[in-house]
Amino acid sequence: MSDATGKISIACTVNGKRVTLRAFPMERLLDVLRSNLHLTGTKEGCGEGECGACSILMNGELVNSCLVPALHADGASITTIEGLSLGDALHVVQRAFLECGGAQCGICTPGMVLAAVNLLERAPSPTEAQIREGLSGILCRCTGYMRIFESVLQACRASGIHK
Amino acid sequence: MTGFVGKSIPRKEGREKVTGRAKYVDDLTFPGMIRGTTVRSSIARGRITAIRFEPEIPWSEFTIVTARDIPGKNCIALILDDQPCLCDGRINHPEEPVLLLAHPDPYLLEQARRAVRVEAEPLPTVFTIEDSLARKQVIWGEDNIFKSFLVQRGDVDAAWKVSDFVVEGEYLTGAQEQLYIEPNGMIAVANPNDGVTVWGSMQCPFYVHKALAALFNLPKEKVRVVQTETGGGFGGKEEYPSMLAAHAALLAWKSGKPVKMIYDRAEDMAATTKRHPSRTRHRTAVTRDGKLLALDIDFTLDGGAYETLSPVVLSRGTIHAAGPYFCPNVRVRARAVATNAPPHGAFRGFGAPQSIFALERHMDRVARAVGLSPAEFRRRNFIQQDQTSAVGQVIRERVDMARLMDRALELSGFEAKSCRFAAENPGNHLKRGMGLAAFMHGAGFTGSGEEYLASVAGVEATSDGVIRVLSASTEIGQGTNTIFAQIAADALGIPYDLVEIAQPDTSQVPNSGPTVASRTCMVVGKLVESAALGLKQTLLGSGLLREPYTGLEFANACKQYVAARGALKSTVQFQPPPGIHWNDQTYQGDAYAAYAWAVYVAEVTVDTVTFETRVDDFVAVQEVGKVVNPVLATGQIEGGIAQAIGYALFENVVWREGRMVNSQMTNYIMPTSADLPRIRIFFEEHPYPYGPMGAKGIGELPIDGPAPAIVNAIEQATGVSITKIPVTPEVLMETLEAVHV
Amino acid sequence: MRSNVPAFKLRRLPDLAATLDCMALEPAVWRPFAGGTDLMVLLEAGKLDHRNYLSLWHLPELRGIEESADHIRIGALTTYSQILAHKALQREFPLLCRAAAETGGVATQNRGTLGGNIANASPAADSPPALLVYDAELELVSASGVRWTPYRTFHSAYKIMDLRPTELIRSIRLPRTKLNWRQHYRKVGTRRAQAISKVCFAAAANLSDHKVRDIRIALGSVAPVVLRCTKTEDLVRGQSISPELIRSARGALAGEIAPIDDFRSTARYRARVAQNLLEAFLQGLDGRT
Repeated sequence: MSDATGKISIACTVNGKRVTLRAFPMERLLDVLRSNLHLTGTKEGCGEGECGACSILMNGELVNSCLVPALHADGASITTIEGLSLGDALHVVQRAFLECGGAQCGICTPGMVLAAVNLLERAPSPTEAQIREGLSGILCRCTGYMRIFESVLQACRASGIHK
Repeated sequence: MTGFVGKSIPRKEGREKVTGRAKYVDDLTFPGMIRGTTVRSSIARGRITAIRFEPEIPWSEFTIVTARDIPGKNCIALILDDQPCLCDGRINHPEEPVLLLAHPDPYLLEQARRAVRVEAEPLPTVFTIEDSLARKQVIWGEDNIFKSFLVQRGDVDAAWKVSDFVVEGEYLTGAQEQLYIEPNGMIAVANPNDGVTVWGSMQCPFYVHKALAALFNLPKEKVRVVQTETGGGFGGKEEYPSMLAAHAALLAWKSGKPVKMIYDRAEDMAATTKRHPSRTRHRTAVTRDGKLLALDIDFTLDGGAYETLSPVVLSRGTIHAAGPYFCPNVRVRARAVATNAPPHGAFRGFGAPQSIFALERHMDRVARAVGLSPAEFRRRNFIQQDQTSAVGQVIRERVDMARLMDRALELSGFEAKSCRFAAENPGNHLKRGMGLAAFMHGAGFTGSGEEYLASVAGVEATSDGVIRVLSASTEIGQGTNTIFAQIAADALGIPYDLVEIAQPDTSQVPNSGPTVASRTCMVVGKLVESAALGLKQTLLGSGLLREPYTGLEFANACKQYVAARGALKSTVQFQPPPGIHWNDQTYQGDAYAAYAWAVYVAEVTVDTVTFETRVDDFVAVQEVGKVVNPVLATGQIEGGIAQAIGYALFENVVWREGRMVNSQMTNYIMPTSADLPRIRIFFEEHPYPYGPMGAKGIGELPIDGPAPAIVNAIEQATGVSITKIPVTPEVLMETLEAVHV
Repeated sequence: MRSNVPAFKLRRLPDLAATLDCMALEPAVWRPFAGGTDLMVLLEAGKLDHRNYLSLWHLPELRGIEESADHIRIGALTTYSQILAHKALQREFPLLCRAAAETGGVATQNRGTLGGNIANASPAADSPPALLVYDAELELVSASGVRWTPYRTFHSAYKIMDLRPTELIRSIRLPRTKLNWRQHYRKVGTRRAQAISKVCFAAAANLSDHKVRDIRIALGSVAPVVLRCTKTEDLVRGQSISPELIRSARGALAGEIAPIDDFRSTARYRARVAQNLLEAFLQGLDGRT
């Protein structure tokens, strides 16, 4: 039910924590995350679902948060880049990005890292072609993508070692 | 623990970036902060007759700023102060800023922006280089010409008669949008008592500082500019941020509140700078054994509505126009002209991608006329050490273009593949081809530019024993923070982790010049190295430290020194290397202190069903002095090549009446990961004595060569000569069909 | 954000029946909102003219892929990712899976829905040509009942479709009749991924004795609506592939399509490439590639 301003109550889980907040139903989930929850790791690059800088995981699926209305976040389980590392311990994909130069200016990095994490969950041992396609929804202007592919392959290798 | 330079040390701020903790300007909020927006002209040229505010908006809640609110000079100070901060009666390009609004509610702010009507009497416009040169309308100055250069060497006109072949060609390049994934943004706090402070996405804090001081008529100490983590620049945040900072600061000044202005993608694409479109005409005299006798080059850039940086872009394009070749007779006539488009500006390469595209396409054409292969023709004309370039620079550094080319040819399988494709292409709807380009890129500011900048950089020790590098050079993804820390750590003989980079804040760091022109490592990195060595000498001289020492001993010595003397700081000012002479009048002399040299090879497939071109393999061989950080350097080259592939094949700005109409990422096409090939990078190193550990600049080099290499490959694949980029499938189709009619 | 977000309503009603009742009570006041991958882009650009939406995302009645002996029925809110993951669709309706794989990137595929794509009625949409080739039928539901309509006649003009303001697309039904047909799909976009199509070609042919017994040819981005090219089909049906037939077919196709110049591409390019894709398909049928 919306209140006099038109805002509704949204209850969801964000990075493992139960959260209740008020937002306009058509408000972008991107803005809810950044402004209401002060989780600024998720970025706006285009507002049209092209660049993927706003990518998050919603119910385990990669989505462009600039295209998700707040209403659809109700009841959802959301993971942003902030939810990936545990304290100071980096996720294996984050570590690989550091080692292999997968981040340059860093603005696409949160979306790219989450996309890579999601890709590896669906395809633990992807070929380079699968990586290219799996990450094709995140645009990077700095790297030419080569260092990013290296990072993903490195993350695969590192995951294998630690299993 | 030692020897960080030359190793792939992880990015200094990498952890923040991979965890999402790095703070870009839109991630910051200030108490009481309100939002700002810009009302812009919808026509390309005119006289403003009225500004109407529709009644449905509660205007009394808004801060409204016009040109009349500007305390100082209504201009964005750069070189010539011809670009107004806000229109004052006259409009000269679409999207020109007329008025600023601020309000706490971003939704209402946007409604208000739409509710301001700028009424104007249109004036006749000019949108092409041809119309501008023909002075269909004089829209700028006396003759629409921002700047012209004439470079002459030998006697070009005498050469036509004695040559065996004369080959002509005209080459066109389109505008290109920098498309940093983080749009432009600024936050300002300003009032007459305290002055102006801005935080934001930028490459050149001191450019912004200079512009704000003039706009507000404030002394230097009352203006402070702080660079926040910047999500890409590529030149697009060299000069434009001064405009946005001015706008945010004016709103802050008038409202008394912090003001945040963040462009959305559509505004950023339509209103801010792009790469200068160009037209280059070549006329070349050559002997029957393929020796260049004369290069006569007419190089023209479309500068948009105001001068801004066009003279400097023209300069670099002019000096690179004759490429890495020796030719006894050269004439380059260069002009930057005005049109009624938003001013074009800095974009990686800065004039060189334009003139090198023309040259390297043309060299293939000349080779064909003489009956030589593209490689062999170039081999006979590469400039050698101790020969003189077109602008009269004796190339003193070691250069071996033939060797670079041989390596590139071998690594790419050029010869064998060319033969195989020639045999397999007939009857196949997929046509394959190889193409190459040879080029160089001068590092640092042209001629006396570095001397004029007189950059200063420094290092200091904190009371915690940590070393801070002090410079205005910004990290924009290229690796500034990391390489400076590597350089300083090596110079001081301490661990990399003991070196921090001070945030570029004009109140805290010296002016080490702009982060442009491939100068950050070679010029400023050298200053950092020298400053670090100076600090080390001071410590050793003080008796608090003796060699050999550990990192801990060094840190303790710093702490003691600072405790005893209050501060430990070493700054160094740029001194030109010995023997560098440049004449601004004749445009002759040592144009650049050092060059990086390269040969790139592209392998393409042209699909004659859809006319799409795919780059299948790309080999890049370059000589760069010293590779300071292999992963970062490789990343720079790969990224530049990716942007150049976009420049060659995908990135098309669609103009209508001076306005970019495809100003969305859906319709302005940059390559995705699925569009790019494996890019194979190879470095050679001939240390440059005046660069840190021998390093030269590499930031722009990789965007200069791929476009002509690709279009040369398309010609080999299809037999069709294309002289204009981007080569979209539509263009390729028209060209192929014209040939087969 | 160029829209006044607070002014927009997006409601989630308890079930499909309540949603349909609301739409019946106030026809054309409430419009459906599926995954949002089209509407939210318009919202950001300040181009979403309508203000009141009913969310369909949570309605289980609109999801699910059901197999029966003669049909596969796809719920309207099925996402592209779900289509891609479905074994029977991969096996029997590969063109639809190809289209799904080429629709944006992974993130778009997780939120874009087949029903939403159809109702958005863009002539450049990726799935509709495949649906036309497969003789898809749409199940349209309202508070007053259900009707089925062939997808082939659903779009009559640019953004005009056979969908009443009180109706929703509930499912898309594909007859399982093309398993042994030779099938081809090619989207020619502005780039390899994340691209709006400039020409989108889908075709299927049933061959026997070197003759084309039956054929379907559908194209996107070459007319105000996605097109079944029936005149071209009629020309080819019953014939053997030959250079003359291919030439005639190219000519017939040129007559059926009406591509335009826009800032993405040109009419001439679209026409030529459409013809080239048809030729490549027909040549492929002949065993010559």
